[in-house]
Amino acid sequence: MQAGEAMLVLLGIAVLVLGFVARINPLLVILAAALVTGVCAAVAPGVAPEALVRAGLDTIEAFGKAFNDNRYISVVWLVLPVIGLLERYGLQERARILVSKVKGATTGRLLLVYFVLRQVSSALGQTKLGGHPQMVRPLVAPMAEAAAETRYGALPDHTRFRIRAHSAAADNIALFFGEDIFIAIASILLIKGFLEQNGIIVQPLELSVWAIPTAILALLIHGARLLRLDGRIRREAAAPEAAE
Amino acid sequence: MITLEWVYVFAGLVFAAFAALSVRDPENPKRLKNAAFWGLLAVSFLFGSCVGDLGNGLLVIGLAMLAGFGGLGQGKPATTGPEERQASAERRGNALFLPALIIPAVALIGTLWLNEVEIGGRPLFDAKDPTLIALGLGVALALVAGVLWLRPPVLAPLQEGRRLMDGVGWAAILPQMLASLGAVFLLAGVGDQVGRLISEYVPLDGRLIAVIAYCVGMAAFTFIMGNAFAAFPVMTAAVGLPFLVARFGGDPAIVCAIGMLAGFCGTLTTPMAANFNVVPANLLELPDRNAPFNGVIRAQIPTAVLLLIGNIVLMYSLAFR
Repeated sequence: MQAGEAMLVLLGIAVLVLGFVARINPLLVILAAALVTGVCAAVAPGVAPEALVRAGLDTIEAFGKAFNDNRYISVVWLVLPVIGLLERYGLQERARILVSKVKGATTGRLLLVYFVLRQVSSALGQTKLGGHPQMVRPLVAPMAEAAAETRYGALPDHTRFRIRAHSAAADNIALFFGEDIFIAIASILLIKGFLEQNGIIVQPLELSVWAIPTAILALLIHGARLLRLDGRIRREAAAPEAAE
Repeated sequence: MITLEWVYVFAGLVFAAFAALSVRDPENPKRLKNAAFWGLLAVSFLFGSCVGDLGNGLLVIGLAMLAGFGGLGQGKPATTGPEERQASAERRGNALFLPALIIPAVALIGTLWLNEVEIGGRPLFDAKDPTLIALGLGVALALVAGVLWLRPPVLAPLQEGRRLMDGVGWAAILPQMLASLGAVFLLAGVGDQVGRLISEYVPLDGRLIAVIAYCVGMAAFTFIMGNAFAAFPVMTAAVGLPFLVARFGGDPAIVCAIGMLAGFCGTLTTPMAANFNVVPANLLELPDRNAPFNGVIRAQIPTAVLLLIGNIVLMYSLAFR
């Protein structure tokens, strides 16, 4: 295959970007991008149309196989009946009551405490101890909102949604920049395997110690931002209509 | 032996229940579409291993069509009101947290000890997937504990689960779809072409410019693919190993470890990383959940940019000694 034709497979990325920009449903965009990529990979001088149809079918098969192999990703939704049941009996309200009793609790400090706990537990390999359906929606976000409400009363909507978004962000950032310190996490094993294929032998520990400087930096940067968030919430609560 | 397939069957039954309960939801004008969507997902979990690759492919097309044309609705099963919840929270106290904490507790214990449980000399659990099996086990235990303690109406756990599931909607399978797209990209050699483009058109003649190209390339390619794991082999083969390690003498362990983390900075900024950035916006009912850059991503962008710069500085100062 010549370089020009090989580049055709990049059209799939273009479909992806255009689809997202045009706000077409992402599931359809992803399918279209996969089909374009698979068919373009088969393009060569003098290729028969039947071969391209065949390539399209092969792509659907490859996509279906990958979808089936990746079912484990969606297993997490199993927790929803448990969370929903507990919400029915006041789980979020209880989280709010608990926080309102802690003196000195602010949204920023509370999220910082969660950030540290999440980063440390991820660094010890326990990446499943947090997560959006299990922890953020039922516990962390209601607590972070309640900490602000206890101080300032009812919050403007945009402040409330900012606090929720920051609850999810704290979970993500702490996970990403904690988990690589653990030696048996997927990304470390991927690096080790990749280097081995290229004739370089490294031990997982040699890789994971070099995740520590970035982990500390992430704590400093995001920790400072979380503490500044308190000031922003205070200003927005004081002048709800003046804020953006 | 209890394997991952058991967990899939469990999940399939739960999705099937969501589908069945959707059919009879008079509050949802799109109830049949919701039923078809969760029903197809149930088929995938229950029978995915026996319908073949083409069957799974057609199933995915069905899911995308249902979600893409007209969208899904929001089921509204009967539930408790704010006053009831407040009263229940005050009466039941902090014990309400316990069933929720059973799930991570079992996941923790399971990852550590599940492999050692034996019955008659044979392992009870498949050693390949202790975490996912522990998750399924934790959910089952938490459900039993919650139902015995709270004595809800029989269908309440499934109805409440359906309420939350409809809140997430079609975005529930977005992460799985993106992972599958990654597999197709890999087969077609998309990554190799991107790597070739970068090494051809970026002048990598200095140590600093090469570090910047590698780290920014990791973040940018991760932004497109939604996953640093897809970007890593491509960028490291194109820039990391030939330039940073071979030409400039960088330590491969440090280059790769920090390079991966530079990729994670890209993950924080992209709607393609759906399970981290889109799913929570749905779960938390953010008003801008369907915008390309929703509130979660916007909350993360400043940290991501600062950390990317930090990673460049760290790699430049640590990897070449």
